[in-house]
Amino acid sequence: MSIWYTLCDLIPLEMLRWDFMKNALLALLLMAPLFGLLSTMIVTGRMSFFSDALGHSAFTGIAIGSIFGLAAPIWAAVGFSIGFALLFSWVRNRSNQAADTLIGVFSSSAVALGIFIATLGGGSFTKYNKFLIGDILSVTPGEIGMLVLVLAGVLVFWMLFANRLSLIAIHPQLASSRGIRVGLAQTLFTAAIAVVVTLSISSVGLLILNSLLVLPAASARNISRNIKEYTLFSVLFALAAGLGGLTLSYYLGSSAGAAISLILALIFAVTFSFRKVRG
Amino acid sequence: MRFSPHKGPCGHSCCLRVENVSVKIGADRILQDMNLHVHCGEMVALIGPNGAGKSTFLKAILGQQEYEGIIAFSEPGKRSKKPRIGYVPQSPAFDPSDPVSVSDLFACCMSKRPAFLGLGKSMEDLVQECLERVHGEELIHKRVGTLSGGELQRVLLALALEPMPNILILDEPLSGVDIEGMTNLMDMLDEIRQTYDLSILMTTHDFSMLDRYADQVVLIDHGILIKGKPETVLNSEAFRTAFHLKGGRA
Repeated sequence: MSIWYTLCDLIPLEMLRWDFMKNALLALLLMAPLFGLLSTMIVTGRMSFFSDALGHSAFTGIAIGSIFGLAAPIWAAVGFSIGFALLFSWVRNRSNQAADTLIGVFSSSAVALGIFIATLGGGSFTKYNKFLIGDILSVTPGEIGMLVLVLAGVLVFWMLFANRLSLIAIHPQLASSRGIRVGLAQTLFTAAIAVVVTLSISSVGLLILNSLLVLPAASARNISRNIKEYTLFSVLFALAAGLGGLTLSYYLGSSAGAAISLILALIFAVTFSFRKVRG
Repeated sequence: MRFSPHKGPCGHSCCLRVENVSVKIGADRILQDMNLHVHCGEMVALIGPNGAGKSTFLKAILGQQEYEGIIAFSEPGKRSKKPRIGYVPQSPAFDPSDPVSVSDLFACCMSKRPAFLGLGKSMEDLVQECLERVHGEELIHKRVGTLSGGELQRVLLALALEPMPNILILDEPLSGVDIEGMTNLMDMLDEIRQTYDLSILMTTHDFSMLDRYADQVVLIDHGILIKGKPETVLNSEAFRTAFHLKGGRA
């Protein structure tokens, strides 16, 4: 961390005088590419609501972790989210109901369970507020270390599986006819989203987490003609919004997560107006 | 799936032998006692009313559907060998907003290098070569969602032909393609099977092309009702009954 702090000291920006801002900046530089990459596949695979439901299940996992007095409820949440994702995939493959209906069933059940557990025995909900709004400024060096590991893991997974996941998202039957194990690739992908969503929830907050998983790619689609441009723009938009949002929130005193989401919404509006020029 | 030497009991070099194949899904018997030989370089059209079991039959051949009986492949001059099946799925609908170019689609299907890193020179050359086989070189940078029905079928055909398969299977390749596109596509399939001595098995609802292009037409409705030359099948009583026609062919 000391190397990072020294690097930040070289930048003549008032907001980088504070260690918590240096931590937040590094966390965002690690999180933004993650969201940018996952976003491309979530949007192409029409999984926007699914990732939202995963966020809700992560919250439930945290509530369960807290009630059982686990030292780090976040790991209980990771486990619960992965379990939730796998159970959802299992039911979806065996049901003829529309995916959005099943997502509604799982999402609302997860939220209800989370609130039920959190308030059991007259417990106060206040301590869970930080998971709803998120606070990037309180990110610790330990959490940043975890983000480095997750980013490295996702990058390796992406190098190995990106082509297969793209083909599955574009046309599942074609992927299956080319010998791709669709179920396995989808399961690994949903597990990756579950891990990233859960580990980001305390920094970004449940209520705006999904905008980071949808908006970068949604904006990139407006102006991209191939997968290379799509991925590049999505990661760049996530990074730009992350840096812009952090700066804006520092000077205006607002929530960083909300500022990041608003900048992403603005990027979407701008790219939308350019969609015909490049599309 | 069993593989056998290429000489079939019918005396021809058989690329695909289907013997006593039945498919049961739950309590429903979808296909009953199917027997069919597809010879090398032959174009066989599978026709039948909706729900007759055509797609199920193709799935059984592709190994995606459990069946009873024997489905065996062979290649002339070679002993038992795992077959390469080129498969063109039924008119796949691509999202027009998907930022996926034709070259991306090839990279996703054939390359280990992630498509988001770009194609690379050798892969681009290979894609170009594949598209040349279907006279579609100009499509390489187009987005798949913006292709016409005929262009899309050509791209999927080019994909199915790399690596060159032992048998090519197409599920309703003519649906969603205009008249000119249909003729172009069938001419191309004819050219490919002659150039590469490739067996082609396709399902279709369009009977106007069969006289000119198919060597054998197989009418199925949960089993084979009749098979033979196009004129024999299309003028048969079984054909008229299956498609509820009065007095003549479609």
